[in-house]
Amino acid sequence: MMPWKEHVARSPGRDCDQARPRLRAGGGRDSDRGMRPPRCNKVPGVDLLEYQGKQLFARHGVPVPDGRLAVSVEEAMAAADDLGYPCVIKAQVQIGGRGKAGGIKLAKDRDEVREHAAAILGMNIRGLTVHELWVEEASEIDAEYYASVVFDRSAKAPLMMLSTKGGMDIEEVAAEDPDAIAKLHVDPLLGFQDFHGRRLAFEAGVDQDVVRPIGEMLGKLYEVFVSEEATLVEVNPLIVTSGSSDDGAARAVRALDAKVTLDENAMFRHSDNAQLRDISGEDPQERMAKERGLTFVKLDGDIGILGNGAGLVMSTLDVVAEAGGSPANFLDAGGGSKAEAITSAVEVILSNPKVKAVLFNIFGGITRCDEVARGLIEAFHQVNPQVPFVVRLDGTNDEEGRRLLADASLPNVIVESTMDGAARRVVELAAGRSAEPAGVMEAPSG
Amino acid sequence: MSILVDSNTRLCVSGITGREGTFHSLRNREYGTNVVGGVTPGKGGQDVEGIPVFNTFSEAVRATDANTAMVFVPPRFAADSILEAEEAGIELIVAITEGIPAHDELRVFNTLRKNGRARLIGPNCPGILSPGKANVGIIPATFFSEGNVGVVSRSGTLTYQIGNVLAQRGFGNSTIVGIGGDPVPGTDFIDVLAMFEDDAETELIVICGEIGGDAEERAAEFIAEHVTKPVVGYIAGFTAPPGKTMGHAGAIVSGSHGTAKAKAEALEGKGVRVGRTPTEVAELAVSLLGAAA
Repeated sequence: MMPWKEHVARSPGRDCDQARPRLRAGGGRDSDRGMRPPRCNKVPGVDLLEYQGKQLFARHGVPVPDGRLAVSVEEAMAAADDLGYPCVIKAQVQIGGRGKAGGIKLAKDRDEVREHAAAILGMNIRGLTVHELWVEEASEIDAEYYASVVFDRSAKAPLMMLSTKGGMDIEEVAAEDPDAIAKLHVDPLLGFQDFHGRRLAFEAGVDQDVVRPIGEMLGKLYEVFVSEEATLVEVNPLIVTSGSSDDGAARAVRALDAKVTLDENAMFRHSDNAQLRDISGEDPQERMAKERGLTFVKLDGDIGILGNGAGLVMSTLDVVAEAGGSPANFLDAGGGSKAEAITSAVEVILSNPKVKAVLFNIFGGITRCDEVARGLIEAFHQVNPQVPFVVRLDGTNDEEGRRLLADASLPNVIVESTMDGAARRVVELAAGRSAEPAGVMEAPSG
Repeated sequence: MSILVDSNTRLCVSGITGREGTFHSLRNREYGTNVVGGVTPGKGGQDVEGIPVFNTFSEAVRATDANTAMVFVPPRFAADSILEAEEAGIELIVAITEGIPAHDELRVFNTLRKNGRARLIGPNCPGILSPGKANVGIIPATFFSEGNVGVVSRSGTLTYQIGNVLAQRGFGNSTIVGIGGDPVPGTDFIDVLAMFEDDAETELIVICGEIGGDAEERAAEFIAEHVTKPVVGYIAGFTAPPGKTMGHAGAIVSGSHGTAKAKAEALEGKGVRVGRTPTEVAELAVSLLGAAA
C-alpha cells in the first residue's frame, strides 16, 4: 500500500514572477498519493492512478492536459507524435515520489521519448513496478495552486479547500501557514453553489483574472466528488497557464495532477469505475483473502490471528502485542461464519510462511463456536498445519465447540479459557518457549 | 430506567422477511421486545410468525403505532429505508446494515439532522440492548444482565467481550448501545454519553472506541464538561498500521490522525481511566463501582 506522509523536497521559496512562464515536467509536486489534507479524516476506498483520475475529470469537464496511455516504448512514441512536442512521460504507479525517482520526464523530441519511456517502463519506484505510462502535452505554467474536495467525517459534510501554495505538500503548508488554505464545508443537501467558488477563490487570494475559471473548476470537481461517489478529489498542482501577450489570450486553468479515491461501497452504481481498481500493488495474501470474502490485513509479525468482529480482532492484536508478541495478520472471519469459512481462513493465514503460531479468539454472538470448531477440525484434515494453535471459544455454543475440539484431539491445539491467557500462551509458543509438550490438550477451565 | 429502548419500544423491522431479518426479529421478540410489525415492499398482508408485514412504513406506523425501526435490508436499499422510516414518523431508527455507500450516509445524516425528528443508531452496528426490557438488534442478550453499567461502543463483539467479563464479576448493564463502525454514524459517543448522564439507573459508563476519526477525542472534551458519572474507556487498534482499514470502514489511521494512542491520551487527559485490555476495562469498572458501593 501507499505511504501516508512524505515531505516533498522542494524549495519553499517559490518564485512569484508570473511574467516568466516556466516549462516543467508536469505533475509539479512529486505527488504523494497518500498525502492527506490537513485535519481531515479520510474515508477508505479505491485509489485511482493519475490518468484514471484525469479521465474522470475530463468526463465532467474539468480541464486537463491532453494525454495518451502507453504500455510500450512504441506506444509512447506514437502517443507523443500524436500530441506534439515537447511532452511529458509520467510513470503511473500509486505511490509518492514519482518525480524524484525519475518517473516523470520532459521529452523535447522523439529520441527523448524513446529514451525516457524505455527507462521508466519496468522501473521500480519504491517497490512498485511501472507498467503504464501517461504521455501528456507539456504545460506552460504561470502559477501552481492546490484544490481538493474531501469527505470530512467529523463535520459530516464535504470540505473544499483551495490554496495558491500548490505544487508542494499541503500538510506542510497547513502546518507552516494555515491561513494560506481557504476552506469551506458544502451542505450536501444543497450542493455546490457559485458563491462557494467565489468565496474560496477570493479567500485564497488567487489572481483576479482566474477567479471565474477557478470557481468553475471547483464546481466541476465537486460534481466529480458527488456523481462518481468519491471520498477524495485532489488537484495538486492546479496550474494557471501562460496567456499570450501577442493576441491577448486569457490565462487558463488546468488540473496537472489528479488524485481520486472512490467509495468501494458505491461501486455497484458505477460499473465503469469498478474496473479501475489497481490490484498490481496488492499483497498476494491480501488478494487471496479478498477472493475468499475475508476481511484481512497483512502485518509484519509471526503470530496468525483469527477472530470474529473487527473490534475484537483489533483488540486481540493489541493484547498479543501487550504480551510481547507480534501479529502476522488481522483476520475478521465475520459474523455467523460457517465451518467452510473457517477452514478457508486457516489456509489464508498459513499461506504466510512466517507464521509460527496461530490464535483463534472467538466470542460468539451470531457466530456459533461449534461451527468454528468444526471448521478448525476440517482445516487440520485438509491442511495439516505444522504450527501450534491456541483457541479461545466463548459465547454461543461454546461448550459444544470445546467438546468437539477435545473429541478430535488435534495435535498442537491448545484451548485457553480467557482472551488474555490465550494471548500469553500463543506468544510463548511462537517464541518456542512453551512448557507444554506439543499435542497436549488442556481441559478448559472456564 | 435505561436509554433508547425499553418496554415502551414498539418495533417495526425493515426487511423482516429476509433470512437475517426474520431470525433476529424473532430473537428480539423472544427476548421480550414488542415487535409490532415489519416492512417488505410487495409482501404486505403476510405475516412472520404472527408479526404483520406491511408494504410501506407509513402504512405500518398507521396500523401499529410503531415508534422504533430496525433496518436489515441490503446496503443499496438501506438509505432509502431509513429515510422512509423517518418520513413515516419513526423516532428511533436502528440500522444494522453494513456497507452503505458513504455519500448515502452523508445524505441520510444531514437530512435527519435538518428535520430533527428522528435519531439514527448505526449504520453497521449491532443495535441496542436494555437488559430485561428490550433488545433491538443482534446483540446476544444471554451474556448480559440488568445492572448499572452503561456501555457505548463502535464495535459489537468487543462489547460482548467486555460485558461478559463484567457479568463474570457480577455486574450488569443499564443499556448497551452499539453506535457502529462506519465513518458517518447517525449517533455519536457524545449523544449517548449525555443520555447515560441523565439516566438514573446508570452509575458508570464504559466507552469503547477504536482507531479512525475523532469521535473519542470529542467525547473526552464532552466528558470533562458534562459528565459527572465515572467513565472507563477502551480503545482498540494500538497495533494497527497506518493506511489500513481494519475491518470497519471507519477504522483507519490516516497519517497522524485517528491513532489509538492519541485517543487514549485524550481520554486520560480528561480524567477517564483507559484499560489496555478488555479485561482491564472490566476490572477498572469493578473497582470504581466497588468503591462507590
